[in-house]
Amino acid sequence: MRRRVAEIGASELVAQAGALLATHRLATIVAHDEGDRLRVAYVFLAGPPDDRVELHVLLDARRPVVPSLAALSFPAGRFERAMRDGFGIEPEGHPAPRPLAHHGHWPADYHPLRRGAPARPELADDAAAYPFTPVEGAGVYEIPVGPVHAGLIEPGHFRFSVVGETILKMTPRLWFVQRGLERLGEGCTSEGLLALAERVSGDSAVTHALAATLALEEATGQQAGPDAWRARHALLELERVTRHILDIGAIVGDTGMSVVQARALVLGERLVRHGAQLTGHRLLRGVIRPGGGLLRAPLEATLYREVAERLDELVGLATRNTIVADRLAGTAILGADDARRLGVVGPVARASGLADDARVSQPLVGGTVLRTQDAGDVRARLDQRVVEAHDSLARLARWAEGEDVASPEVAPAAGGAGLGVVEGWRGVAVHRVRLDAGRVARWSVTDPSFLNWPALAVALRHTIVPDFPLANKSFNLSYAGNDL
Amino acid sequence: MTAVAVALVQVLVVALGGLLLTGLMAKVRARAEGRVGAPVTQPLRDVAKWLGRESPRATAGTALAIVPTVVVATTALAATLVPLAGVGLVDATGADALVVVFLLLTGSLALAVGGLATATAFGGMGASRAMTLSALAEPALLVAVAAFAVPAGSLSLPAMLGHALDQPLTMVSPSHVLAALALLVVVVAETGRMPVDNPSTHLELTMIHEAMTLEYGGRDQALVSLGAAMRLGLLLGMLGVLTVPWGLATSAAPLALLGGLALSALKATVLAVVIALAEVHSAKLRLFRVPELLAAAFVLAALAIVVGVVAR
Repeated sequence: MRRRVAEIGASELVAQAGALLATHRLATIVAHDEGDRLRVAYVFLAGPPDDRVELHVLLDARRPVVPSLAALSFPAGRFERAMRDGFGIEPEGHPAPRPLAHHGHWPADYHPLRRGAPARPELADDAAAYPFTPVEGAGVYEIPVGPVHAGLIEPGHFRFSVVGETILKMTPRLWFVQRGLERLGEGCTSEGLLALAERVSGDSAVTHALAATLALEEATGQQAGPDAWRARHALLELERVTRHILDIGAIVGDTGMSVVQARALVLGERLVRHGAQLTGHRLLRGVIRPGGGLLRAPLEATLYREVAERLDELVGLATRNTIVADRLAGTAILGADDARRLGVVGPVARASGLADDARVSQPLVGGTVLRTQDAGDVRARLDQRVVEAHDSLARLARWAEGEDVASPEVAPAAGGAGLGVVEGWRGVAVHRVRLDAGRVARWSVTDPSFLNWPALAVALRHTIVPDFPLANKSFNLSYAGNDL
Repeated sequence: MTAVAVALVQVLVVALGGLLLTGLMAKVRARAEGRVGAPVTQPLRDVAKWLGRESPRATAGTALAIVPTVVVATTALAATLVPLAGVGLVDATGADALVVVFLLLTGSLALAVGGLATATAFGGMGASRAMTLSALAEPALLVAVAAFAVPAGSLSLPAMLGHALDQPLTMVSPSHVLAALALLVVVVAETGRMPVDNPSTHLELTMIHEAMTLEYGGRDQALVSLGAAMRLGLLLGMLGVLTVPWGLATSAAPLALLGGLALSALKATVLAVVIALAEVHSAKLRLFRVPELLAAAFVLAALAIVVGVVAR
């Protein structure tokens, strides 16, 4: 692993970031309040070989302004908006510096991540309407859906502008489940921070726990033994295969073929119960901790092999059905160019043909096969999950039978800061931790959903309204992980 | 007098039977998927429960208030006209197949008006989809029923069925099979079953029938659900007797009538189970593919008429 940190002046930022973006991906932008000045860390990742570059810019706390990178990178523009909400740092030259998470009832000058900001601001009237872009024309009408839905799903509002049945534009309004997690993490011990990390998004407890653990280990120089690493690798793949199988069932279930979903739920439940035996928690919480963490039960090769067989059966049942095949093919296409420009990650990116996987670029263990699909439609996103689930099951079975698992060396970083990069089932999660006297001074979380949400709206153009649930399931993004 | 009694009993059987068939189909699907499922009587209990509640209404005005009644009344009236017990009871000219089809259409139209009257996006969306599909399904239904009428040369349902019972050989023809297939497709579409509509979804954006009924509550909801169940019972019963008319009473003897009605109920139950089992391994068609399915039903029905007329 190669790590570089460079402190640069604000005026050099655009040139240096532009040069880096030719070879690297902007993983996150993290701001820190250091009292009379603010530090903004731009984290760039590339690999293999694993290369991590941080550009730090120091700003005057009284008038924090940075040049915007929005023209260079779409995700940069979104990170800058989140930073503007949290710290009041103005991205100069941003084309649309609207609030993201900044609640309508908060005073405009309330920035929850600044030092001294009260935990509860004085709430004001939410006088401004949410700026949905109106779509006009003959026969165009709007369908508002949510934030309260008929199923047991997270809250999000979707505003469809539709002509006939064809979606012209869909604007999601999220941020209904903001918990102030990053602020809650400040002042925590490692143990306290891990409890929060496991709750970033309930279905990604392992992903976020491991990313936070890696960040803490890098910041403190703590090392985990080979058995702890075995547990980490196994749980990460177990979480991936469990969620992928449940997603496969949910996607096919949305075409109305509920028998496949019923069978996927049975398979998923078997894996969840197995996970509960391994960790003591159905969501796989409580095992992954800095410096250690052991499984409570052995891995079961026969279970993984049997699940792989059953998975093949139910996928065959679905894809051989011509109606299901017709519903999936060509629905909600996300082109490779759009996916690349939007900075999409995870299986969604790979289904659109992007060869992007942090298990390869920032590897914790070798042997990940990078697989992609071409079509970028719902079918490709389903197929991508199927091949990844099979890969994970095969690896789990090999590990259960005693294959050696690597324990990567974590070299402590300078300055009490650490970075954790983990490819979870939904995509890459990036945690950055900065410690001060053993306590967390700043914790920043980037869930893959934050990067992928804008792509859903793009994929929906020219999709018909009744196919929206199918398209949405094929992305399956987290609201909680996005809102934090 | 017997005719009136039989008509009333038919309405009762269609209402109860429709609710039980709805529950049965859900049960069959659940068991085939490895779930326990709700009891078969669940729709009946739901309707009974909702009947005792007041009806909150999304908008003022008469449309929402009268739609549930219209839906139940038109379906009940249609249920009196279809000979589910026997063929020799009523003056044959009254029980015209066209009247039955138009009564059912009136119910659909009322539901669509109700959907629009809620002034919500879902109601309007459902109404628009339902009317688009109705415009394709109703002609197919008319032509399919007309195909059954060819051998008898009459659109009166008792006359059609009486003729078929008199000369069973007329049913051993490609025309009869084609017409039965066309009617099956239309019945599946008209009752909102897969692959046209998914009665068990909670996804508002994909709904057709359910989207129009989201805003009803209490007694209104009970009537709308009852109307949908009666429609299912009646259409399945009609499909059963038109395809396989044996067992219908040809006299007014009470026992024969009772036997005929029981046999009709049995035919509808068999059809319901078959459709539910087929649904398990089916999925919902992409909305824009549904017209192709209904067009196919129309072509089958038209072919049935051509073949029937040529063979006569």
